[in-house]
Amino acid sequence: MSPLLDVSGLTKRYGGVTANADIVFDVNEGEIVGIIGPNGAGKSTLFDLITGFQQPDGGRVLLDGHDITGLRPDRISRLGVARTFQKLKPFIDLTVTENVIVGALAHTSDMKTARDRALESLAFVDLLEKRNNFARELSTGQRKRLELARALAMSPRLILMDEVTGGVDQRSIVGLIALVLELKQRGVTVVMIEHNMQVIMRLADRILALHAGRPIAFGAPEQVRSEPAVVDAYLGTVTDAA
Amino acid sequence: MSGSRTDMLKTARAEPLWPRPPLWVSALGAAALALLIAYPFIFTTSFSQHLMILILLYALMAQSWNVVAGLSGQISLGQAIFFGIGAYSSTVLFAKYGVTPWVGLMVGMLLSALAAVAIGVPTLRLRGHYFAIATLLIGSGVQIVFQRWDWVGAASGLYVPIERASPWFYLQFHTSKVPYYYLALGAVAIGYLVVWKLRRSRLGFRLQALRDEPDAAASLGIAIARHKVLAFMISAAMMSVAGTFYAQYVLVLDPERLFSAEISIIVLLMTVLGGSGTLWGPALGAAILVPLSEYSRIWFGGTGRTIDLILYGILILLVCMWRTSGILSLLEERIRRRAEMP
Repeated sequence: MSPLLDVSGLTKRYGGVTANADIVFDVNEGEIVGIIGPNGAGKSTLFDLITGFQQPDGGRVLLDGHDITGLRPDRISRLGVARTFQKLKPFIDLTVTENVIVGALAHTSDMKTARDRALESLAFVDLLEKRNNFARELSTGQRKRLELARALAMSPRLILMDEVTGGVDQRSIVGLIALVLELKQRGVTVVMIEHNMQVIMRLADRILALHAGRPIAFGAPEQVRSEPAVVDAYLGTVTDAA
Repeated sequence: MSGSRTDMLKTARAEPLWPRPPLWVSALGAAALALLIAYPFIFTTSFSQHLMILILLYALMAQSWNVVAGLSGQISLGQAIFFGIGAYSSTVLFAKYGVTPWVGLMVGMLLSALAAVAIGVPTLRLRGHYFAIATLLIGSGVQIVFQRWDWVGAASGLYVPIERASPWFYLQFHTSKVPYYYLALGAVAIGYLVVWKLRRSRLGFRLQALRDEPDAAASLGIAIARHKVLAFMISAAMMSVAGTFYAQYVLVLDPERLFSAEISIIVLLMTVLGGSGTLWGPALGAAILVPLSEYSRIWFGGTGRTIDLILYGILILLVCMWRTSGILSLLEERIRRRAEMP
């Protein structure tokens, strides 16, 4: 069986800076793949390249065996790829329900159907209580869940989550972990950028570690954690230890 | 899913799809509608009827700007282009070929929508202020073309030939302003109904989404450029309708006035004042600014030609100081939030 997402040789340069260099990884259907790396490692750039928000300078992205490299973001989305943004982007002049309706409208033009689908999605992320509030009135944690609900309302096969636990209190993190696991149970494939090592070690089936735009490890969580290159990237190389 | 969450989902599903406005808003709306229908019989002077016809036409024009700018977030400074196209299409077809202005109305809408595609396709894919700048410049370019185009009367324009038979066919009523009034009211009613439906449709939601966050909208499968062009086309067709009725009402085409940047800017001012992005904001803005302009002209005469613009400026300043989204957004937000509902 070919992987759902197959990335090979993906490269992005900004002038002299290489944001992504020759990135190779794959994601199987139903799997949770984590992406880790220090700030500036190129994690969000990788998401932008996969979802069409930026054009790669080289490499290929295959979705279910079809080449989607460089397609427009909305076309990639319509192929069943959803994403959230690290810098949250709620539709601030719409209510919470209306925000999610926009996602649900990907598959229907009937407003009642879309609304009910949106409400289910909001129930899933436990944000129903806020349904009639304006998106701008939500806290950061609530906005993250809103963005997730919006993406899930379009019933994606694959969802790319950019730091869903960042800036969220400890209690909500527990809820978010349960949420991701439930998604997996429902057969949604997940790729998630995550800073919280505890979270990612628990959730991910496989982890891709990036450093300075390059892949330094890809495999099972324990294996990646004990990889010397990963330890170096996180702790710094101890060369002049006395 | 826990039991309480299932209950809440049930409650939420049972809520009406669209929040019902409070009783006092419905009552106010019904009263306003009754007043609008009875208006020409209550206010029988030619001036008061003329004033209301202008308010209605501007309400339609401001709504057209509201569709492209309020809903899809693209600041057009070239709405006069479509106003002029609507005026010229109907008048040229009538004056040169004897075609009824009703056909001219349709032709104008079609040509305006095509012009919106021609202008929008290259400019709307750019982010930032390029669209505003491009529409402003194309607008003055179009004006110059019409001022030099001999076939349509160049700078002196065209007169609509006087036709006394079949007034409803030729859209000319020489004894009364009342038919013009109801034509304008009908056009506004249809225009506002279309926008009301649009705002509750998939297209309307997608436009609002891409206005707030284009990247998030694209990530949800919305083709940004195509949707912006679509909004611009609808806006252009609406503006064209106002142009047709205006020309058949004043019976003269003056490219200096029809294609003026002043028209493009006034529809913006009205909408921003009344409430950009709301349904009734453009009408409210027109109802405030048109009388202001007409009365200042009466009080100050020819010397006071720009007094109304000074007053506009002050009003806009006040809107910006109090609230950036216009007078009506306050009300609409309260209804939509349903905070007061049990």
